[in-house]
Amino acid sequence: MRLDVIQSARSDMEQACAAIGRLVQVMEVCGTHTVALFRHGIRSMLPANLKLLSGPGCPVCVTDQGYIDTVIDLARRPDCLIATYGDMIRVPGRNTSLERLTLPNVRVVLSSDDAVALARKHPDKTVVFIAVGFETTTPATAVAIRQAQELGLKNFTVLCGHKRVLPAMHALLSGRNDKIDAFLCPGHVSVILGSRAYESVVDNFNRPCVVAGFEAEQILMGLAKICRQIADNRPAVDSVYSLAVRPEGNPVAVGIIDQVFETCDGPWRGLGCIPDGALRMREQYTDFDAQKRFGIEQFPTEEPGGCECGKVLCGLVEPSQCGLFGKKCTPDHPVGPCMVSTEGACAAWYKYQR
Amino acid sequence: MCLAIPARIVEITGDRAVADAMGNRWAIRTTLTPEVKLGDIVLVHAGYAITKVEEEEARQTWELFAQIAEMEAEQNQAKGAEQ
Amino acid sequence: MTELSDTILLAHGGGGRLMSDLISKTIGPRVYSSAPALTDAAEISVDDCRILFTTDSFVVQPLFFPGGDIGKLAVCGTVNDLAVSGAEPLALSLALIIEEGFPTADLERILDSIGKTAHRAHVAIATGDTKVVEKGAADGIFINTAGIGRKKLAASLGFHRIEPGDAVLINGTLGDHGMTIMSRRQELALQSPLQSDCASLNELIALLLEELSDQVKFMRDPTRGGLAAVTNEIVQACGCGIELIEDALPVDPAVRAAADILGFDILNIANEGKFIAVVSPEAQDAALEIMRKHPLGLKSAFIGQIGPKQPHSLVELTTRIGGQRIVQMPYGRELPRIC
Repeated sequence: MRLDVIQSARSDMEQACAAIGRLVQVMEVCGTHTVALFRHGIRSMLPANLKLLSGPGCPVCVTDQGYIDTVIDLARRPDCLIATYGDMIRVPGRNTSLERLTLPNVRVVLSSDDAVALARKHPDKTVVFIAVGFETTTPATAVAIRQAQELGLKNFTVLCGHKRVLPAMHALLSGRNDKIDAFLCPGHVSVILGSRAYESVVDNFNRPCVVAGFEAEQILMGLAKICRQIADNRPAVDSVYSLAVRPEGNPVAVGIIDQVFETCDGPWRGLGCIPDGALRMREQYTDFDAQKRFGIEQFPTEEPGGCECGKVLCGLVEPSQCGLFGKKCTPDHPVGPCMVSTEGACAAWYKYQR
Repeated sequence: MCLAIPARIVEITGDRAVADAMGNRWAIRTTLTPEVKLGDIVLVHAGYAITKVEEEEARQTWELFAQIAEMEAEQNQAKGAEQ
Repeated sequence: MTELSDTILLAHGGGGRLMSDLISKTIGPRVYSSAPALTDAAEISVDDCRILFTTDSFVVQPLFFPGGDIGKLAVCGTVNDLAVSGAEPLALSLALIIEEGFPTADLERILDSIGKTAHRAHVAIATGDTKVVEKGAADGIFINTAGIGRKKLAASLGFHRIEPGDAVLINGTLGDHGMTIMSRRQELALQSPLQSDCASLNELIALLLEELSDQVKFMRDPTRGGLAAVTNEIVQACGCGIELIEDALPVDPAVRAAADILGFDILNIANEGKFIAVVSPEAQDAALEIMRKHPLGLKSAFIGQIGPKQPHSLVELTTRIGGQRIVQMPYGRELPRIC
């Protein structure tokens, strides 16, 4: 660990925030940042007028309830084998979750590759891969679909819940919360998209966008850069994660996403429909689309009553300001999306800073 | 949003590889990073290498790699002492 | 606050919040004649003799793992529950529930391991029971051991003795057992160099109690639910907070890397050869010296301090960069995550 780096980042932040002289609101768009901020105890080290907002950066949290209910319906079919990342096991639909169903045909996988392997191993079942996640995770799904096609696998399908981060950032600034001063940009989404992707946010909205990794030093350095940009009124794209993030991103991964998926409008739990905020499989891959295979019309959505997750995800209220937080809504019995995943803003608040 | 862990490629055939983090080894794919070679350090997310990283920078940035460097140094020292 | 779900979940057995609820709300009121003291072993007075009594069941998969097997675990687990309660383990019972078709060679291997471990811990296997169930009704083999021990005269242990300023010690690295087991689970397909820390702690604990007697105030083994569960149990029971220091927590780098790969929090991971000791601050250095001389305590460390007694006390962690965060009671089941 480099204490000197931490010290200098903290003093940069203090100086810049003193110069700004008003409340500065920085949104971390990434759930892994939300958790890292708490795990490192960074919130307790910030200048008094610097406030961090936890944005819609947890793919599990922003997966709409209708999607979860569809997963649960499919899990109840004996002819299906559900392959899911562990993250989705506890997420509640309207009535239950995969964990509570305790069905034998739900398998936790570490990779989309494992889901393809399951399909080859169980030719009598139709594997449904629960594909959630942002641009970091999407390429793996795309590779799996391509591979299933090459192998001529008829029993591999994907329930696509992939989302795109940038449209959500645009949507936040175009009306949902114009008080966001800057974005701490997600490290691993940026590995794929490249830091240049955020130029549109700077150009259109004049907000600093700084990419950071997840070590404490980087997060503090990233925040220091943001504060400096705001103090100098020179918003720009910057990165303190050059180790992994290149300006152009990973063109191979982006190419594979584009080959298999196309952009569409889509529902984000808590935020509503976001133009261009989701992905669907292109025409030539629809054989692998679980939605088509099983004749699922659309994911019917329904938000739980009294839940302020929409406002939390937009950074308009803090989790503790929601009437359900810590009372009716806890990590064991989550009501809203932000409590369901360890990365959710409410779950992280509950776990680390109640 | 996305956990990813740095690891070294210790076996590779086509786009299938074995990654190693502190002696923990698991099968990954390098489909998204066709340029990686044996011995390279990559960042792995959900079973896929998503980017190659430079070793020297990895040591400066990641606690894990700083520890690996430390361990290797200790081992070399021990070897030196034996000789 | 939480209601019992319609069915029992895996997480109800995970040593976290769900299990604690199940015991206090569902099991306790129905079966205990008085409120259970929530300790690892119960004290029973027979005439003038103070006996400690405990039981534990073992359902681990895989049955054989680096550093141990289900048999060794079944002996160590019960021996350790007695030892941390301040007792000298005397005798264990051994109940086997075996699935039809289980390989005899594996059974022999497990039994040899039980015999060897019990011999080393100087504890007798005094009685036993064997049942065989139909294929599918058990997963290979389940083992229950119950144990009795003689309360050591020097020991005066209990939540009530914990005071602000007391030191919290541990006898070595965290998470080795849990991460070894997880990495061996077939579906995770992780090849790792990890070894379970599974070991009988009675000898080390006896040394500590002999030297320091009542300066040792409380001990517990952080098995399921890990350090997070044990420290939270202490806080709930004694009303004092605990301040842990992240930099002071001993963790093997390979164990940490395995936890990172699977997205687990090392504080929630099970140990089978570790104990937490709460000792008076004056005894801290002496305790560490004694512990570090023993092979099972080479990496013993001071990991934190008992905080003030106040309403809503918490387990808090000072992070390596000097920040503060809360350590919660874990949920009860760790799932590999990608985010």
